[in-house]
Amino acid sequence: MYLNVSGKKTFFSNGNGQLDSAQPSIVFLHGAGMDHSIWVMPARFFARHQRNVYAFDLPGHGRSEGSALGAIDDLADWVGSALQAAAVPKAALVGHSMGSLVALNFAARHPGMTAAIALLGTSVPMPVTPPLLNAAKANEQDAIDMTNIWSHSSFGQTGGNENPGISMTMSGQRLLESAGQDVLFTDLNACNEFANGEALAAQVKAPALVIAGNQDKMTSPVKALEVASRIKGSQQVRLEPCGHAMLSEQPNAVLDALASFLLPLE
Amino acid sequence: MAKPPTLNFDTLALHAGQQPDPSTGARATPIYQTASYVFRDTDYAVGLFNIERAGHVYSRLSNPTNAVLEERIATLDMGVGAIATASGQAAMHLAVATIINAGEHIVASRSIYGGTHNLLDYTLPRFGISTSFVNPRDLDAIRAAITPETRLVFAEVVGNPGMEVLNIPAVAEIAHKAGLPLMVDATFATPYLCRPIELGADLVMHSATKFLSGHGVVIGGLLVDGGTFDWEASGKFPTLTQPYPGFHNLNFAEEFGPAAFITRARKEGLRDFGACMSPTTAFHILQGIETLSLRMQRHIDNTQAVVEFLAEQEQVASVNHPLLPDHPDHELAKTLLPNGVSAVFSFDIKGGRQAGIKFIESLNVFSHLANVGDAKSLVIHPASTTHHRMDEAALASAGISEGLIRLSIGLEDPRDLIADLKAGLKASQRL
Repeated sequence: MYLNVSGKKTFFSNGNGQLDSAQPSIVFLHGAGMDHSIWVMPARFFARHQRNVYAFDLPGHGRSEGSALGAIDDLADWVGSALQAAAVPKAALVGHSMGSLVALNFAARHPGMTAAIALLGTSVPMPVTPPLLNAAKANEQDAIDMTNIWSHSSFGQTGGNENPGISMTMSGQRLLESAGQDVLFTDLNACNEFANGEALAAQVKAPALVIAGNQDKMTSPVKALEVASRIKGSQQVRLEPCGHAMLSEQPNAVLDALASFLLPLE
Repeated sequence: MAKPPTLNFDTLALHAGQQPDPSTGARATPIYQTASYVFRDTDYAVGLFNIERAGHVYSRLSNPTNAVLEERIATLDMGVGAIATASGQAAMHLAVATIINAGEHIVASRSIYGGTHNLLDYTLPRFGISTSFVNPRDLDAIRAAITPETRLVFAEVVGNPGMEVLNIPAVAEIAHKAGLPLMVDATFATPYLCRPIELGADLVMHSATKFLSGHGVVIGGLLVDGGTFDWEASGKFPTLTQPYPGFHNLNFAEEFGPAAFITRARKEGLRDFGACMSPTTAFHILQGIETLSLRMQRHIDNTQAVVEFLAEQEQVASVNHPLLPDHPDHELAKTLLPNGVSAVFSFDIKGGRQAGIKFIESLNVFSHLANVGDAKSLVIHPASTTHHRMDEAALASAGISEGLIRLSIGLEDPRDLIADLKAGLKASQRL
């Protein structure tokens, strides 16, 4: 489905559900170089459980028009515009990696519009190693390879997917390869330059959940749990074995954690 | 900074797609010989049916043993996913049925397995799908055969029986320019000799009956989705890009991105046509893949010895293998298949049909049967078996001479193979 957000055609998946203003809303925010399709299973689950699902393609990603935005602040502002366009006054925000920073930023700055946040594979700050950043800046295949390899645990690299017949690593690889020129760099750079995350975390008033993978090489579980410790009253779930690509490596455990956290909320 | 290390081919052939069994610790992949799976609760069951959760419902759709095989071949072939089918023919049919509708068209190599030719030339037209057959070496002919109704370009990595090496990058470019996927049958090559997706193909099928299982004990097929083809940009594939009423208006390309094709193939094709693989078969194929590199190298080494022997024999009119410098695809093969081309090839024996029969009947180590890709060496004489109803002219039009012998070189000691062939050749000329 499409929304017009700030004059740009913006795609979102509603999880094959119905949008109803009487229902709670959940916004899903993907990570660097990704798109809405990483959320296919939770999107469909929450749509069936009477939630308005907005699994967006962020600007310049997937089917959404525009260029990738270069700063987490801008992405959080964009979420505000998207909610306005969707006539959603308040939503739970679920973000993975870069999307977790957007959710955190939005929740700190717009407490009245934030019902809850779930941060998957998060870290503040979220530094990106210079070789990866440089390769991404040059749009080199190495950047995709590095991102994808580091996003998977040793389990993910070998396989044994809960999702029958699907290669976890190759799915991630192809999704990254489908991103447009400069998108991965713009996203990674936004993560790298995100500052003041610790202070923002302390400002979050909404219920919060942090999900960490025990073998996450992109955002270490130690850092993820530090974020959780800065958000008053937050819940933590640690997945094992699991890397950064947790929606691919542990889809059922991620869904269980999100369901336990979000379904009781109105 | 060097890229972080990943597991290499031989390791993945042993491990990809499998973890030790979580409940028993079994190291080998267990055979999950079950038709169905108990649901945790009703909401969990709905979640499985509605693609909210990952898991198994019914073994026609997926099975844990099959899933290991599927993930392993997807990994080795560099695809996003794969489906194990009842046979190679079932894999071919599943691919066609997933993306092609009545009134649409396929461009196929004319040098393909007879069973595939039957499907394309005789059976699919009954369902409104037509095929134009072209010389796989003739890029202009491939380009010219594409019509507005074409939905697939299909060929074999190594043609059968012509031994044409498909110029995968060039054919893929032609297909992609026309907004079409290239699908290849990589049965003879296996991922050890060729990874077609890396070269530009979008879909790969295998008859796993052959070298992948490697021992001639099962029938099975595999269909691999590279996840590389942009179905939406093409605009020719509504089964993937339009809402599907058969699954609550699911739009596969929107929801599953690079895995759109393989997801539709499972959710519709396996569900409705039902040509699934037995988990016991999947287990046997997994055993074969564990030793794929070792076996394929031996197949290729033995083939080289046999080809070199045959090329020097006075009873042999010609040997058709890209190893030989006079083969039209000798250089292309060195580029695209540097580990070796094929352990299945043909040669022409002097003396025609009768010499062929004498030769076959004189062999002791080679087994006379209609299969390829076994650990044991195999031989067939098409003019006296698979094509026995054809006269010389009809055989010629099919690219088969009366003296054509097809060999599938196995893993025996090459000295024994050569001795057997030598005796057979000698006997063949005693007419």
